[in-house]
Amino acid sequence: MNGSAVTTAGAVVPRKKAIESTATWRRSDRLGLALCWLLGILFCAIAAAIVIFMLVQGVRYLRPSLLVTSPTAGFSESQTGGFLDPMIGTLVVAVLGLAIALPIGVTIAVWLSEYGRPFWLARVTESTIEMLAGVPDIVLALFGLLIFSSPILGFLSRTSGHVVFGRSFLAAGAMLSLVALPLIVSSTREGLQAVPAHVREASLAVGKTRFATIRRVLLPTARPSVVTGSMLGLGRIIGDTAIIVVLLGATLTLNQADNTPLLGLLKGTGSTLTSFIYQNSPTGEGNQPTKAYAAAFVLLLIVLALNAGVDLIARRRKLTTWSS
Amino acid sequence: MEFLTPPPVRWLAPDADDPGPAPHTSERERLQPPAPGQNGNGHARGFLSAPRRRARSSGFAIERMELQDVSVAYSGKSAVKSVSLPVRQGEVLALIGPSGCGKTTLLRSLNRLTELTRGATLEGRIALDGVDITTIEPTLLRRRVTMVFQQPNPFPMSVFDNIAYVLREMGSRRPRKRALEGPVLDALERAGLLEEVRGDLSHPALRLSGGQQQRLCIARALAVQPEVLLLDEPCSALDPQSTQVIEDLIVQLRDEVAVVIVTHNLQQAYRIADNVAFMYLGELVEYGTAGSIFGSPHQQRTKDYVSGAFG
Repeated sequence: MNGSAVTTAGAVVPRKKAIESTATWRRSDRLGLALCWLLGILFCAIAAAIVIFMLVQGVRYLRPSLLVTSPTAGFSESQTGGFLDPMIGTLVVAVLGLAIALPIGVTIAVWLSEYGRPFWLARVTESTIEMLAGVPDIVLALFGLLIFSSPILGFLSRTSGHVVFGRSFLAAGAMLSLVALPLIVSSTREGLQAVPAHVREASLAVGKTRFATIRRVLLPTARPSVVTGSMLGLGRIIGDTAIIVVLLGATLTLNQADNTPLLGLLKGTGSTLTSFIYQNSPTGEGNQPTKAYAAAFVLLLIVLALNAGVDLIARRRKLTTWSS
Repeated sequence: MEFLTPPPVRWLAPDADDPGPAPHTSERERLQPPAPGQNGNGHARGFLSAPRRRARSSGFAIERMELQDVSVAYSGKSAVKSVSLPVRQGEVLALIGPSGCGKTTLLRSLNRLTELTRGATLEGRIALDGVDITTIEPTLLRRRVTMVFQQPNPFPMSVFDNIAYVLREMGSRRPRKRALEGPVLDALERAGLLEEVRGDLSHPALRLSGGQQQRLCIARALAVQPEVLLLDEPCSALDPQSTQVIEDLIVQLRDEVAVVIVTHNLQQAYRIADNVAFMYLGELVEYGTAGSIFGSPHQQRTKDYVSGAFG
């Protein structure tokens, strides 16, 4: 009865595969299953359509020269140049945002996970960060403009007389770090909490301080989570448009505030790939859709590479764990 | 005495130099009357004639820690009630008792790990070499009284770094790798792991086998030259062969450090311990030599427990 069935004719009929056949299911269940399949395939199709569309448009319009020339104002495609400056802008904004968000995010996560006292303060911090994750970035942008236009923070952007411009790479980077912060905090915290309690105690039980335990045992263990959080945050920073449009000054090219080597650039204005795409899309001022497609293709490649990186790390993480 | 049910005994091939059951050699044992249970009925003899790991007794005992009326409570809920015990170098002390009887809590209070639990309070006096441990800075105390846990938990770094990490002061990288090599190899040697890992000290510790990982944890605990080594069920996650290696190791180590081991396994306690403390519901019911606890317990509850009537 188990492996095979013997028919009346005596022939041994091998039993079908051990997987459950949906033929025995109720009709409504089968309909539900079909719907699940349909929706799954639909979403795959949509994602594939976006990527393929961008790929085709990108290959059609992307020229190597676009990557190395600066954008200029003009009316025809041959006049408006490439998007070297937006690419540099994206890089600068990403580095700045992450440089601010990573140390702060990891510190907050360590405090929440390893100390978390006083209890009420930990709870408040936790919900503040959750709230921050839900704030629309255009709201953050407006708030940032208000802050960075104040005379006290005038040194972070261009000033003329008593008027503070309030728009610069520094201002945009600072507000963008808030976009990445919740992702870094939650991912790092998860990584820390995945370390079994007895591993922490093992370090303390041989006379190590809490600080040494965090620095030498817990953070190295949680490193894949920290990197995952950072990459997700980086993706958000690179993809953000609202904060860039409002806080980066919306100049096409990099516009140094003064002649100081690095600070001049950071205090100055510029554009990123996202603001360049917005600018050149049919609704923007530039209206050079082919340039927008080419830039969007580059942006998409960067984001896909980041996602692939996150995936790789998540897969490698399983190799070193403790039995629990 | 009468065993209600014969305790299961794991028979081992007797060693050539096994001196037989329960030699009375330590200071304290000599002062006590010989345990009469060794000549008791068949069941008792069966249990007691199981070979012990102790090739010879160390012949000396130095009192390292002294517990006086130690009580521990978690948020007012009492876990250990007024326990008094000596901990001596040269002897293995086993804490036995059913789950939740406070063995592990008592063990953790010896190097102030209980303080990490919110709401834990400790009363009574625990002295290390005559000094109250509450007056010793916790990290210094935990370097003198180190602990090994139930689960093998090497840190996610190389074998070498696992021990070097413990030796480095306060998380700095100051001492060079060269300078640490001697102490690291010494610790591995004492934990009987050196031969197996000598070839590749940069091997990731988490890729070792379970038994090797646990011996690495013991090496880690020995690296700081502690006076007392606490072991919280060190073999419960291991296979019988690894268990045997670690039991041999524990018996060897008792001359260099005072060893306190918590175990669920009565046979293990009998195999390796010189003295046994039986705890039940937070109380110390009986403390005595392994021979007397297993052979002729004075308390009815001890008798019931070692004979397998409950637990």
